[in-house]
Amino acid sequence: MATTSTIRQTSAAEIDPRAEPAIQLIDVHKWYGEFHVLRDINLNVRRGERIVICGPSGSGKSTMIRCINRLEEHQKGRIIVNGTELTNDLKRIDEVRRDVGMVFQHFNLFPHLTILENCTLAPIWVKKMSKKDAEEIAMKYLTRVKIPEQANKYPGQLSGGQQQRVAIARSLCMNPKIMLFDEPTSALDPEMVKEVLDTMVGLAEEGMTMLCVTHEMGFARQVADRVIFMDYGQIVEMNTPDEFFKNPQHERTRMFLSQILH
Amino acid sequence: MNTAVDVSRFVRTEKIEALPPPKLARGPIAWVRENLFSSPINTALTLAVAYLLFVLIPPILDFLFFNAVWTGTDRAACRAETAGHPVGACWAFVVSKINFFTYGSYPAEERWRVNIFFVLLAIGVAWLLWLRAPRRDLGAVYFFWLFPIASYVLLTGGNVDIGLRAWLLFATIGVVFMAAIGFAAFMLKTSVRSAVLVAAGIVAVLGVTLALLDWDWGLEPVPTSRWGGILVTLLVATVGIVFSLPFGILLALGRRSKLPILRMASVIFIEFVRGVPLITVLIMANTMLPLFLPPDVTVDRLTRPLVGVAFFASAYMAEVVRGGLQAMPKGQYEGAMSLGLNYPQMMVLIILPQALRIVIPGIVNTFIGLFKDTSLVSVVGIFDLVKTIEASRIDPNWAAPTISYTGYAFAALFYFIFCWGMSRYSLGVERRLAAGHKR
Repeated sequence: MATTSTIRQTSAAEIDPRAEPAIQLIDVHKWYGEFHVLRDINLNVRRGERIVICGPSGSGKSTMIRCINRLEEHQKGRIIVNGTELTNDLKRIDEVRRDVGMVFQHFNLFPHLTILENCTLAPIWVKKMSKKDAEEIAMKYLTRVKIPEQANKYPGQLSGGQQQRVAIARSLCMNPKIMLFDEPTSALDPEMVKEVLDTMVGLAEEGMTMLCVTHEMGFARQVADRVIFMDYGQIVEMNTPDEFFKNPQHERTRMFLSQILH
Repeated sequence: MNTAVDVSRFVRTEKIEALPPPKLARGPIAWVRENLFSSPINTALTLAVAYLLFVLIPPILDFLFFNAVWTGTDRAACRAETAGHPVGACWAFVVSKINFFTYGSYPAEERWRVNIFFVLLAIGVAWLLWLRAPRRDLGAVYFFWLFPIASYVLLTGGNVDIGLRAWLLFATIGVVFMAAIGFAAFMLKTSVRSAVLVAAGIVAVLGVTLALLDWDWGLEPVPTSRWGGILVTLLVATVGIVFSLPFGILLALGRRSKLPILRMASVIFIEFVRGVPLITVLIMANTMLPLFLPPDVTVDRLTRPLVGVAFFASAYMAEVVRGGLQAMPKGQYEGAMSLGLNYPQMMVLIILPQALRIVIPGIVNTFIGLFKDTSLVSVVGIFDLVKTIEASRIDPNWAAPTISYTGYAFAALFYFIFCWGMSRYSLGVERRLAAGHKR
């Protein structure tokens, strides 16, 4: 990834037509009523790229990644995920959601289903897999996140860290090409953050395309190809982690970093 | 003894063993002290309630059991001057009228059919309600398809004369329906073959249903005007309960829909039905329904209140279900959507199972209310249990001072057993479902 490290900011004009990017956001705007949450977002994510997004609360970072699988609707601009442009067409939304996995701050596991059922639900109903195949895949990923022995318990019986790992396994069962993480460690007790981060590092090392909203700067240093800093609904600064942390360009970024890096 | 203040470093090396609680914190005496006599007000209340129970319970027991008359053939057994002792409840009256209370005026030689209906109903209810029963999917097919057909044939005698013209009409509609579904599938670019197969399945099920109803089973026809008693009460309650839940869910989903017309229609229906007393709905169903239908179509006089009760209960159920839907955290919708589930899958697999579980108490509350409200069908001339008791208590053969009380006590007992059963069942389900997966 060394050749890519010089790219600071991509805009619509610079898109290389030969290598189709995993995600393209072009001039994206979004409003909640009168409130302008996303302002002129331009972002190109290459396949296999790991991006960490940070910024103060209310800066629009969660909203941005939620737009990528249409949990939120953008009102202006274009979002193209894996070659499919997101519009009101339900078929396209389904297509995108099949390719994009998402991990939430509060896990959003289904409390009335066992861990195994949580993982097999979407493969069985969305991918029309047989129950046996789906369970095989689910066990494979549960083993990967190191909790195969919990398969028959319910989410409420697991610790926060375990639940978040189940949530990651649940997304992986759909064999996504892109993974979105929305503050995956913010709701966890400090002693459980590491087990979730380790899982995410493992994923990153396998070459998964990842967009990760997080304040775990150690994680950003370790795996990110680019770090994005957002404030007031816009991308303020985007750089390689080395440059980003050592040499932040924008005043606002410096202030933010000084507050979270002690 | 040191305190933390003057010790700067402290390391505990051994574990402090757990001690038993003080004597007076446990045991029956402690319980009584804590729950009955914990304060002067509580003590006064406890004594007052004890006195009330002392005053009330013995006469009730006297009436129901100790002074009750258990055997007898007419009023002589239940009149103090002829029986020679104070007379409480006259259970002999209930015993002698029990057939009327159970079947109404259903012809005596055909009552075995009603008994089979009761047995089939019990099987269906047990199959569906027993959570660990084998093959509950088959149980659902039985309860929602085979059982209604069997009940209809058994109770009315079947042999609906559908006639050749109606069959031809059905065949035409079936073909048109299949073609329409196939065309819709073609337009939506989904598999035409599977769509037509599904449509053919629906038409086939309807056809088999009609054929079973049309078939001459050799049963004596019994008009609904002769049905009565517990048969009618259970029938109205079952139909109301079975229809109100699915309709209520659809109405609740409609009310939360993003489509304005669907939402408006649901809101208008729910608010209209909820704003009108059940008696009004029943009277309207009885007298106005025929006005809206073509003159050659007659709706059975038992069907009219059935429809009324089902609609009425659906509106209440819809609001209960809506409460459950609103209690669902947004994250559950988002989790389901992010996995690519579509709206029906999300609702059926994720949202409704949880939302309905939250509102089990409300649902059962509505069911219990509905069960007791079935007694209102008597105002439109349907002989339910209460109406049969009303009719029997003025029987001169049984003219005695306590006959009315006995009749109503019997009705109270009947309703109480069913409602209490529902309430206990729902508590059991809640406890079972709560075990293991608390949020």
